Amino acid sequence: MKLTLHIWRQKSPDDKGGFKTYHVDNLNRDMSFLEMLDVLNQQLIEKGEEPVAFENDCREGICGMCGMMINGLAHGGMKGSTTCQLPLRYFKDGAELTIEPWRSKAFPVLKDLIVDRSAFDRIIQAGGYISVNTGNAPDANSTLISRDTAELAMDYAECIGCGACVAACPNGAAMLFMSAKIAHFSLLPQGQVEADRRVKSMVQQMQQEAFGACTNYAECEVACPKEISISAIARMNHDYLKAFWPGKVVGGGKHVA
Amino acid sequence: MKLDAHIPSGPLEQKWTNYVEHVKLLSPANKRKHTVIIVGTGLAGASAAATMAELGYNVKSFCYQDSARRAHSIAAQGGINATKNYQNDGDSVWRLFYDTIKGGDFRGREANTYRLAELSSNIIDQCVAQGVPFAREYSGYLRNRSFGGALVSRTFYARGATGQQLLLGAYSALSRQVAAGKIELHPRTDMQDLVVVDGKARGIIVRNMLTGELEAYAADAVILATGGYVNVYYLSTNAMGSNATAAWRAYRRGAGFANPCYMQIHPTCIPHTGDYQSKLTLMSESLRNDGRIWVPRKKHDTRDPNSIPESERYYYLEEKYPAYGNMVPRDVASRNAKYMCDEGYGVGPTGRGVYLDLRDAIKRLGKDVIVERYGNLFDMYERITGENAYETPMRIYPAPHYSMGGLWVDYELMSTIPGLFVLGEANFSDHGANRLGASALMQGLADGYFIIPNTIGQYLAGIKSGDVTTDADEFKEAEDAVQKRLDKIMAVKGTKTVDTFHRELGKIMWDKVGMSRNEAGLKDAIKQIQELRAEFWDNVRVPGDQHNINQELEKAGRVADFLELGELIARDALARDESAGGHFREEHQTEGGEALRDDEHFQHVAVWEFTGEDSEPVRHIEPLEFERVTPTQRSYK
Repeated sequence: MKLTLHIWRQKSPDDKGGFKTYHVDNLNRDMSFLEMLDVLNQQLIEKGEEPVAFENDCREGICGMCGMMINGLAHGGMKGSTTCQLPLRYFKDGAELTIEPWRSKAFPVLKDLIVDRSAFDRIIQAGGYISVNTGNAPDANSTLISRDTAELAMDYAECIGCGACVAACPNGAAMLFMSAKIAHFSLLPQGQVEADRRVKSMVQQMQQEAFGACTNYAECEVACPKEISISAIARMNHDYLKAFWPGKVVGGGKHVA
Repeated sequence: MKLDAHIPSGPLEQKWTNYVEHVKLLSPANKRKHTVIIVGTGLAGASAAATMAELGYNVKSFCYQDSARRAHSIAAQGGINATKNYQNDGDSVWRLFYDTIKGGDFRGREANTYRLAELSSNIIDQCVAQGVPFAREYSGYLRNRSFGGALVSRTFYARGATGQQLLLGAYSALSRQVAAGKIELHPRTDMQDLVVVDGKARGIIVRNMLTGELEAYAADAVILATGGYVNVYYLSTNAMGSNATAAWRAYRRGAGFANPCYMQIHPTCIPHTGDYQSKLTLMSESLRNDGRIWVPRKKHDTRDPNSIPESERYYYLEEKYPAYGNMVPRDVASRNAKYMCDEGYGVGPTGRGVYLDLRDAIKRLGKDVIVERYGNLFDMYERITGENAYETPMRIYPAPHYSMGGLWVDYELMSTIPGLFVLGEANFSDHGANRLGASALMQGLADGYFIIPNTIGQYLAGIKSGDVTTDADEFKEAEDAVQKRLDKIMAVKGTKTVDTFHRELGKIMWDKVGMSRNEAGLKDAIKQIQELRAEFWDNVRVPGDQHNINQELEKAGRVADFLELGELIARDALARDESAGGHFREEHQTEGGEALRDDEHFQHVAVWEFTGEDSEPVRHIEPLEFERVTPTQRSYK
């Protein structure tokens, strides 16, 4: 099969960038989308041109490294799939595709399709953990967790941090990413202990980054390659309100009136 | 090269306890003065960084990915072993130890392997405390499943994404220490060289992958947790960026490289389909719990598998190995699949595939249970092949997956260069000649959470902190050497792409240094790799420039190292004139086609020493002494 590609080319963060058109043929429909880009890149190198820079690593949908907008849809729009998992048979022979990097103020473009997602790491550093030092743990079966709770926590924990949710959101919000982590931990008894502190601190960090606000478009849920539900956002909002509720015990045992 | 494993005295069961009780300790004030470099943020690197920072050390952590959350440990699917014996099925530390050492075909070090089994339970406790959502029973207790090479059910798992959940646990612990100011994180950096000052590892040179600048970092010790090297085969289950450069540069600086020829070829991967393919995808071994492996009894049978009646299906593993059946260790399963295809029983368009069939399990347990257990694997299979495996059996074939060999380390995980420690898949220590399923996650985390934080003190107690800085001549010399090499790659301006060389290397390795090897083939391989290497330096084409993101340049440096490592793997395979675990020499097999060891001549670790660009490496040996187990011919019948 063959494809016509309009790809965003941008040399550096300061470069203005623009689309360039490429034609690739002799493609196999069992190829993955990234393998198709490999083919294009080999051809570009052989012609003496610079290949298209794009990030990828595991190529099995779990590392969260790859991601691009394909015809305006994050990861190409196939349900529950990252760009690396997208087979060419998903597209029609002869199709015309526009390929862009994630578009969000919080994710500046570094080169071609590569963006800087370090804001995600900073949100996790602000509180996306349970504060347990190595060696502290009691026997693993000493805390019982119902199967349904563990499964639900796992649904949220499956986030791969790819950034599709931000890219798909008209506001460029990071709510699904952040709430998935918060919901995962707050469902578990181990995570409850510092739930208030966690949600406040992570939200605060998110506000310092260039992400937008959530206005319930729910585009993030559709784009998420792990199909994480926006119920995570509801859980986070619940936790956030609870964290500020009057009568809470705060540091030193002092009650807030 | 002196190879002293520093195994503590005393009975096997007491060694680690005795060691920890007597190891030198540093006061909290002194820990604060010490800086440690950790390269790699997979399970081993991230867990080590977090734990050492918690103890008070200053940690500088490096990874090539854009975030510390993405290392390839994340792709491990099936699970992690631990000797909890929650199932009351007779498990114990001894059994996990024995299964592991036997699974490794008695080519691992007894004391290290025992310690691994001993620490396995602590790992589960730690991970649960971190919030890892392991699978649970309705009662709320943790669930287990079985894995190859074992008769007990000791594997803990989180759906088909156990590696991801464990890695995110370690990453969260690491992130907490970044926030606490104890870890300085350097993502998007590629380690290019190790700096050795007065015989001790004192720093590294990295390339900033955004700017192309070379940067030098000094420390009191260097830890490599940089993973394995099966990408030498080009097509493997590893991530595209997984590479051997850090380990290989350390080898060239004097670290011994142990057992490079022990490669694990994983039995259950999706078969190769075309030349465009960039990687192979693993289907978790856990599928063998409920799946049955078979081929048609008739050669070159192209019928639809569903139309082949039961009597014409050859369940070869169940027939040949009645005790373990489909649950034989990986090397045995892989070799049998290859044998069946070589004999003409293979299925699928290329004839290189066997069926992994869950039909009977679906009938027995219902589709819902199978969806719950393996749903994500079925989805993944369908996405890649376009086939629905609930209706037609999966086709699988072995693929390179894990390297048991790696940098030689002693009991304290220190290499032959003082101050250079090696953790996880990057070291050689615990799996002998074949690793059992669900043991890699266990080893990475045991090394990082529990072993290195204890053993490194022994070394650091004897080191004056901060007396070496990047002003030392050795840093300048290393940086110049790295720059020269990068310039040299850029200057070739040849006609062949880096991927073309990598693919050609992979083909030589797979054909001649793959699942079965022989003397003539290995000699050929060495010659071909040398020729390919010469051609690389004469004709590789790397576009762009150095002072920018340049993914082709990154790849070129890695492939240049694989072109050297590939030769060492072949040399090691040639020198090991026996079969053991994943290393199968056609000249040495039993009548039934199993690996035939030669304990009299090869019951040792082979450790290679770099002697210079133009001279041959030297092979040293560390004899393996078994105090408590008796090496036997492995039997899974």
